[in-house]
Amino acid sequence: MSKLPPYTTTGQRVWHYTFLTICGFIFFFLIFPIMVIVPLSFNAQDFFTFTPEMLAFKAEGYSLKHYEDFFGDADWQRAMWMSIKIAPVATILAVTFGTLAAVGLSQSHVPFRGVIMAILISPMIVPLIISAMGMYFFYSKIGIQGTYWGVVLAHAVLGIPFVIITVTATLVGFDHSLTRASANMGAGPVRTFFKVQMPLILPGVISGGLFAFITSFDEVVVTKFVGSAAQTTLPWRMFTGLREQISPTILAVATLLVVISICLLTTLELLRRRSERLRGMSPG
Amino acid sequence: MSDATTTGPVLAADGTPLKKSLSKALRRQKIRALMLIAPLLLFVTVTFILPIGDMLFRSVENEIVSNILPRTVVELDSWDSTSGDLPDEAVYAALAADLLIAVENRTHIKVGIRLNYELSGMTSLFKKTGRVVDDFDPDLTFAEQFIDIRDDWGEVETWQTIQMYSSVYTNGYFVSAIDMRKGPDGLERLPDGQRVYITSMIRTLVMTLAITLLCLIIGYPVAWLLANLPMAKANLLMILVLLPFWTSLLVRTSAWKVLLQKQGVINDVLVWIGIISDDSRLAMINNQAGTIITMTHILLPFMILPLYSVMKGIPPTYLRAAKSLGATNWTAFWRVYFPQSVPGIGAGAILVFILSVGYYITPELVGGPSGKFLSNWIAEFVLARPNWGLAAALGAILLGLVMFLYVLYDKIVGIDNVKLG
Repeated sequence: MSKLPPYTTTGQRVWHYTFLTICGFIFFFLIFPIMVIVPLSFNAQDFFTFTPEMLAFKAEGYSLKHYEDFFGDADWQRAMWMSIKIAPVATILAVTFGTLAAVGLSQSHVPFRGVIMAILISPMIVPLIISAMGMYFFYSKIGIQGTYWGVVLAHAVLGIPFVIITVTATLVGFDHSLTRASANMGAGPVRTFFKVQMPLILPGVISGGLFAFITSFDEVVVTKFVGSAAQTTLPWRMFTGLREQISPTILAVATLLVVISICLLTTLELLRRRSERLRGMSPG
Repeated sequence: MSDATTTGPVLAADGTPLKKSLSKALRRQKIRALMLIAPLLLFVTVTFILPIGDMLFRSVENEIVSNILPRTVVELDSWDSTSGDLPDEAVYAALAADLLIAVENRTHIKVGIRLNYELSGMTSLFKKTGRVVDDFDPDLTFAEQFIDIRDDWGEVETWQTIQMYSSVYTNGYFVSAIDMRKGPDGLERLPDGQRVYITSMIRTLVMTLAITLLCLIIGYPVAWLLANLPMAKANLLMILVLLPFWTSLLVRTSAWKVLLQKQGVINDVLVWIGIISDDSRLAMINNQAGTIITMTHILLPFMILPLYSVMKGIPPTYLRAAKSLGATNWTAFWRVYFPQSVPGIGAGAILVFILSVGYYITPELVGGPSGKFLSNWIAEFVLARPNWGLAAALGAILLGLVMFLYVLYDKIVGIDNVKLG
């Protein structure tokens, strides 16, 4: 690919480099919007574009002002803590129920497997606005609309499909004779699960958990419908900020969120490599 | 051994027939599997399936009129709405009795609001009538006194509306959702300027299609490059696809909002290069262009990833074989490579379409009035100006479309084969 064979014609060469240039532009399109907000968030002015001082790389063009705004503002801080309070609880719920069910689904004889799978995956397929509306109506009826637990339950159910998908995918390659061997040696089902099965499917569980976490952490639509002002999360606060009066503080928040995504992506990539190595699929 | 085969069924160690013992074990296994799934199934049913069911029920449910005005509904039943005459005194008397109770419970305004969806002016009519309903003079007829309060009580249309929406279930919300109205002689379309929902549905579909196509055109070359590069390089470039995928939706939307605005980076660069002059900066935000650019960027990874996984499975030797048999580059691609990548196109396109058709956040923030999706109407009818039945009906239509596509996706890809990351 990178080295062209000697017999290529000029036309082919031109096409080859044009193609690479086009792909370069597309990669630029993908990554540019995310990367550009990072330097912009250090702007010393309240502008959304590069000031002449910034372009000249002068120190006075840059400042941590917008970060100070973020960490000093009670509203933003409350929203940040609300996100930190909601997402982990929703993740734990999704991972616990999801892993258990995925183990059940991976057994060889499960009646109504197709229907059950469709029900469990449906929160991922139904458009968020419809889920949000249904939850708003139903949760009001049972009295958990506008409460912390209402939001946690809603977030947990949105994260479940991801846990199911990732954990069942790891279980596909799982050798069931291992559990039989363990039972043969006298371990009960619970012990077998934690000592034999769990360590092997752990990468799937963790990546499912990360998906569930980011789903909850990023979620706005359902939060807005199911929550009340007391449950304003970080993305919701951003949404309000973007809709009403956009302030550069949002760029600082966005930059922090990009850093979180980079951490998550790195963790996932390491997990993926580890699980491939364990299964002997690639030298890693 | 020999006597087991000659006399009767094979026995298990404990003496029961093997077949019976096996089916017992199988049954136990099934029960154990279901026990593991049950907690989650219960959880998803309560927190998700019931809410969706509730929403669907709301799109046809119409108990409010018959609950609050029970006597009127019974009396009105025998009135012929096409005759052009007003209902008789018994109906007015029943309404007076119903309203007395309703005013006490403060529910008369609810009926007014419900009927106002169908005929404007009903809210104020019920409010005003509610205020004076306990001052009725028993010597005069109820009909006269009602018409005295507001002329609307003497209009056939008022009574037609009440009669039409007195049943417990109604298709009225769906009728409104497709820009129609129930007239005395069946369904009729609303006048041109008022057909907002159909317009919005068509706009949603057209924009979603545009976004899907753009994603396909942009995503195909990138997926091809990633599938044909050596592993180490491809993994590195893959990060450029996965990072946007993992970045918060709000972050990407705000990035575009910042980039595309009139005083934003893109306009600045264009002015600086000299393509446009300073006073004719492009309006790229708060319109359809803004929505399409931003959503294409957001959904592009969902196109690239399935395409990539399909292309990874196409042996590169096929292309070489085609070329060595004399095909030009284009023929080799179009006749040999492309047909094999179609499953990836199908999977990616349906995935992007399903995700995009229900988008709410991005159109709300960068769409402006012309870039709004059906979802924005739904949100408005739930939160801003409540008409939950209409919101539910619009939602049900959207859900039907998505379910249809989901079945299609299941047929093409199989839901078990969805891969993430």
